[in-house]
Amino acid sequence: MAEITAAPPRAARRLAPEDARNAAREVRAQRLRAFLFVTPLLAFILFAFVAPIASMLFRSAYNPTVADLVPATLEALEDWDGEARPPDAVLTRFAVDLKRLAEERTSGQLAEEVNRYLPGTSSVVKSTARSLRRADDAALAEGGANLLLEADDAWGEPGIWRALRKSGQVYTASYYLTALDLEMTRDGTIQPRDTQIYLKLYGKTLWMALIITVLTLVLGYPLAFHMAHSSTAHANFLMVFVLLPFWTSLLVRTTSWIALLQTNGVVNSTLITLGLTRDPLELLYTQFATIIAMTHILLPFMVLPLYSVMRGIDPSYMRAAMSLGSRPIPAFLRIYLPMSLPGLSAGALLVFIISVGYYITPALVGGTDGQMISNIIAFHMQQSNNWELAAALGSLLLFLIVALYWLYDRFVGAGNIKFG
Amino acid sequence: MKHRSLLLASALALGAQGAAAQDLTVTSFGGAYGAAQKEHMIDPYVAETGANILFEDYGGGVAEMKAQSESGNIQWDVVDIEVIDLERACSEGYVAVIDHSILPPGDDGTPAEEDFIPEALHECGVGNIVWSVIFAHREDAFADGGPQTIADFFDTEAFPGKRGLRKRPQVNMEWALLADGVAPEEVYELLATEEGQQRAFAKLDTIKDDIVWFDSWSQAPVLLNDGGAQMVQSANGRIYAAIEDEDAPFTMVWDGHVYDLDVWSVMNGTDQEEAALDFIKFATRTVPLSGMQDVAYGPTRRSAQALLPEEVKANLPTAHLEEGIKADGIFWADYGESLGEKFNEWLLQ
Repeated sequence: MAEITAAPPRAARRLAPEDARNAAREVRAQRLRAFLFVTPLLAFILFAFVAPIASMLFRSAYNPTVADLVPATLEALEDWDGEARPPDAVLTRFAVDLKRLAEERTSGQLAEEVNRYLPGTSSVVKSTARSLRRADDAALAEGGANLLLEADDAWGEPGIWRALRKSGQVYTASYYLTALDLEMTRDGTIQPRDTQIYLKLYGKTLWMALIITVLTLVLGYPLAFHMAHSSTAHANFLMVFVLLPFWTSLLVRTTSWIALLQTNGVVNSTLITLGLTRDPLELLYTQFATIIAMTHILLPFMVLPLYSVMRGIDPSYMRAAMSLGSRPIPAFLRIYLPMSLPGLSAGALLVFIISVGYYITPALVGGTDGQMISNIIAFHMQQSNNWELAAALGSLLLFLIVALYWLYDRFVGAGNIKFG
Repeated sequence: MKHRSLLLASALALGAQGAAAQDLTVTSFGGAYGAAQKEHMIDPYVAETGANILFEDYGGGVAEMKAQSESGNIQWDVVDIEVIDLERACSEGYVAVIDHSILPPGDDGTPAEEDFIPEALHECGVGNIVWSVIFAHREDAFADGGPQTIADFFDTEAFPGKRGLRKRPQVNMEWALLADGVAPEEVYELLATEEGQQRAFAKLDTIKDDIVWFDSWSQAPVLLNDGGAQMVQSANGRIYAAIEDEDAPFTMVWDGHVYDLDVWSVMNGTDQEEAALDFIKFATRTVPLSGMQDVAYGPTRRSAQALLPEEVKANLPTAHLEEGIKADGIFWADYGESLGEKFNEWLLQ
């Protein structure tokens, strides 16, 4: 685009007005053509990438479920001080709302939302909804408060009403607070939650991603170096071995690690046959398994950019350094390494960012201590059904990666990345 | 999901959109259980009515139903749900209310209302099987008969070795309290309190280093078989199938088992509600239900239980109900999420 959108060269300004108009039209037409070419891509990115991420970000802070379900009750609760039981008028209004929900079969949604703020409430809401479904409308409008209290004593406690009011907030930061192991108390101060889980997991995820990046670098750099400095035929031959796993399904590669590492697997039986150990080692379902399997799976992402950058390094630089009297190691460190740095940055960044968000391999071989943040996000999507919290955790992960990329750009420079 | 889109793609490729739209999609848990359902419910129904049925698998839970319901794109028609999830699916409107008066009487003429065991007739579902979470051990792993009780399962000194448990709080929390001497009828009451939960985690702590975690029931017999664990928690049918079909040297222990029901439900908002109900009426008749004995799951109709041979009955959860406890769906709807978080925290410690 840059060439096309650039201002017409100086010579163009001396053209006759009509020629200038023609030229301008031509430039516009070119721009339009170029834009039409990328329109499918733009549309694709918009629908498949920008829209889902935006809706995820939105969902993490916007939850209108309760506000849509019981608007009248929430309005009535606005004036309540939050200390003692709310006035009977509020209870009655809620009873009427709840009966409507029971008839619409949406009381379960309310139950689930309120239960998040006060575990144990779900059954109170559901059983009350069931008993109110049979209640007479006139009696409900008259003495709904009593019917509510008859159905369950819990409605006499202020705690459940506070939970209801809290879950009725349409815009809320509470999922982000939870994702950071924090909670807001009644008087508005922020304090650590009883359950401390996500921060630790973010830390562990970053730490494991770092180890995997370093391991792929240690394994991949010499290989890329060797490939870049051997004959084309030999390099192509080796390249097949780098790419072969890349062409194999991810699941196949992960499950083959299960076969290798399990209690009576290949590794353990070899070790026992060789007499190196008597009892089988515990290899599968550990952090070790996650790291080793992910290192294997992500190795090509390190080798490929390194190789293509090294291929472009003129060998005469090293020869010049040596012939001018440098020893091999200083020559490598001062000449070759800086020149291969763009490939190294690209590979390291790729491996690191992919591993931070990795899901399937830790899920299959990670056991408990090899789990990463994505596995908890999947847990909240699939099992606890707390999509808002999953969205908040996912958004934080996104912010984290953007922040790391910014730091990288700050200190190393993103312009330095080269894939080939 | 992948499976489904493949099916869908091939249906489109064949230009069979019209026929595909008429298919009834029945979703269940697959494995040996799915095979038994196919043999005794799906295939006979297809033979009798000529209907087209897509029989699919899922892993349980309500997430997929929630996704279909929220997007308004209902893909399933009939779904097999654990009662532990049914409470939630029903009150959140993912599955439809079923009028039990449509159910046919048992083959011996008993009206449906009396023929089904009481728990089997839920307002949103019709009972399919009684199944149970038990534990099993390898016969060759222990000298003197091996562990006999839940307390033995938690006794690493008398019975050293790895224990396979499914990675979730459900059943594990119940077992921890039972092993700690809590009376079966007080388990859920205690688990609703902070000190009960702490007591359960403290008990789980005593075997934490010996636990091998797994994610789906199909892994349980595999773990026991390949030596990954010397005793495992499992759905009873999976162990039974391994013993019956492969002569695996496993012993089932019924002490403290946690039993539950599976029901057939109809997805709310499906455009084939009538066909779905018709299928359920067929599948919960006496003979199809009695076929579930193939995988050692007990039928939910008394008339179907009467058809079973005595030696089979002994291996069904229905013969051991007094040794176990009933999984409490309402408790888990209340505390599933908060205990799930605490459980994850405990795992990471």
